[in-house]
Amino acid sequence: MLKDITLGQFFPGKTPVHRLDPRTKLLLLIVYIVALFLARSYLSYGLVLLFLVGATLLGRIPFKSMTKGLKPMLIFILFTALLNLFYTKGGTLLLDWWIFEIWSEGVKTAFFMVLRIMMLVSGTFLLTYTTSPIALTDGLERLLSPLKKLRVPVHELAMMMSIALRFIPTLIEETDKIISAQKARGADFETGSLMRRAKALIPILVPLFVSAFRRADELATAMECRCYHGGEGRTRLKVLRFATIDLIAFLVGALLLAGVIVLRHFGL
Amino acid sequence: MSNLITAEKLSFTYPASGERLALPVFENLNLEIAEGSFTAVIGPNGCGKSTLAKHFNAVLLPSGGKVWVAGLDTSDEEKLLEIRRQIGMVFQNPDNQIVANVVEEDVAFAPENLGVPSPEIRRRVDEALKTVGMYEYREHAPHLLSGGQKQRIAIAGVLAMKPRCIVLDEPTAMLDPRGREEVVATVTRLNREQGITVVLITHHMSEAVHADRVIVMHRGGILTDGSPREVFSQVELLRQAGLDVPQTTELLYELRKQGWPVPLDALTPEECAEAIAAALR
Repeated sequence: MLKDITLGQFFPGKTPVHRLDPRTKLLLLIVYIVALFLARSYLSYGLVLLFLVGATLLGRIPFKSMTKGLKPMLIFILFTALLNLFYTKGGTLLLDWWIFEIWSEGVKTAFFMVLRIMMLVSGTFLLTYTTSPIALTDGLERLLSPLKKLRVPVHELAMMMSIALRFIPTLIEETDKIISAQKARGADFETGSLMRRAKALIPILVPLFVSAFRRADELATAMECRCYHGGEGRTRLKVLRFATIDLIAFLVGALLLAGVIVLRHFGL
Repeated sequence: MSNLITAEKLSFTYPASGERLALPVFENLNLEIAEGSFTAVIGPNGCGKSTLAKHFNAVLLPSGGKVWVAGLDTSDEEKLLEIRRQIGMVFQNPDNQIVANVVEEDVAFAPENLGVPSPEIRRRVDEALKTVGMYEYREHAPHLLSGGQKQRIAIAGVLAMKPRCIVLDEPTAMLDPRGREEVVATVTRLNREQGITVVLITHHMSEAVHADRVIVMHRGGILTDGSPREVFSQVELLRQAGLDVPQTTELLYELRKQGWPVPLDALTPEECAEAIAAALR
């Protein structure tokens, strides 16, 4: 029952989008988000959307999985749309009924807001779909490494993140086992009030935590035995290197940003 | 042959904490492990065999006496990395010693820590994975592999440090019979073909048979020490310590009790069958 949990789902592949350096992709995502927030007109939104669709096609990510990622956001999107629809005034009055007023400006803002949120989420998903968690943590570590001078424990954070990712499947498996074991002893997780069901989780969480601490202890010893002594003087199996393809990606990103800024300047 | 590991008058006590009293494990233990040897350490639960193993690469430090590894004192903190590089350690639970979520990244973990240049890491990782027969799984996620395969990955991860000795602390305790066979075969091959010193701590007498030397521990001391044939023919002594003997030895022992003139030192089923056939003639 817990097997379906997907975190940072990754579609392995060898497309140009997959081959990009994770740092490039992270930076491009930032450029994309900035462009998205600068966009004000149909034309500039169209430009950003073109970039997103292009990247999705190039990465061979099925549009179905892109929209699937939007599903949990549906209520949030709907709520934002309604708020913008009823509270923005301007343009011509389209509808006036009881306490509700809908203005043409409201329709436009609501539409743009919905589009913006959807594109924001899709863009982020595109990054996790085309970048393995390891590459992502690696890229983050390298990008944030200047912060080391400010004593931010960048390496430690990246290591924690990658170990957490490594142990997700192990701990899920363990949770499944504990649930089965408790069910075999007559535990009931499905009936009763919310309070009762929440209480029924205690016999799962306690053994899970105990075992997680034991695992952490053993893993720490095993890491020490393999000469782990922090990030200092550490080398990597796969060294991140910018290639021509990254240069092209940066150029496309710069064009996108420039395009949106120019359009904005002309009031579009 | 020179000694790779020497324990000299080793004493160790787990310090008291909270309600738990201090727990002495060894008193004046002396032990040498020869370079290139394959030593099995057996003993009942709580006899101190895992504690002893942890002294070999300075995870634990002696409360009294000294442990020398390749001429280095394990209590010398400056030599810590060098000691741990030379003595690789594999633990019981394969899940709790795999660090990365791709096989080759995990094998690369130790050389990365040692600051080995990237092309050299690549070479070592490929070589180590080929040695344990897991090369074609290099891009897999470890949690999808079987226990025996995971344990071989752990061995490869240690091999990538180019160690002189591998200490395995009950590496087969959580594996099925097939996984156990894979691991023992791998370890035996490493010892025979690459001359890596192996210390195998185990519960399974059938695994100890592959070693050139068997050390039996009991209550923090060494009960007996010798070749597998010498050790396993002391059936009464082992039974008193709460240990089993290999099934072949047990069969011969029972036959002998019934008055059959069979030797006790046949370890493989073939040797055992021949010994019985000779007695029948």
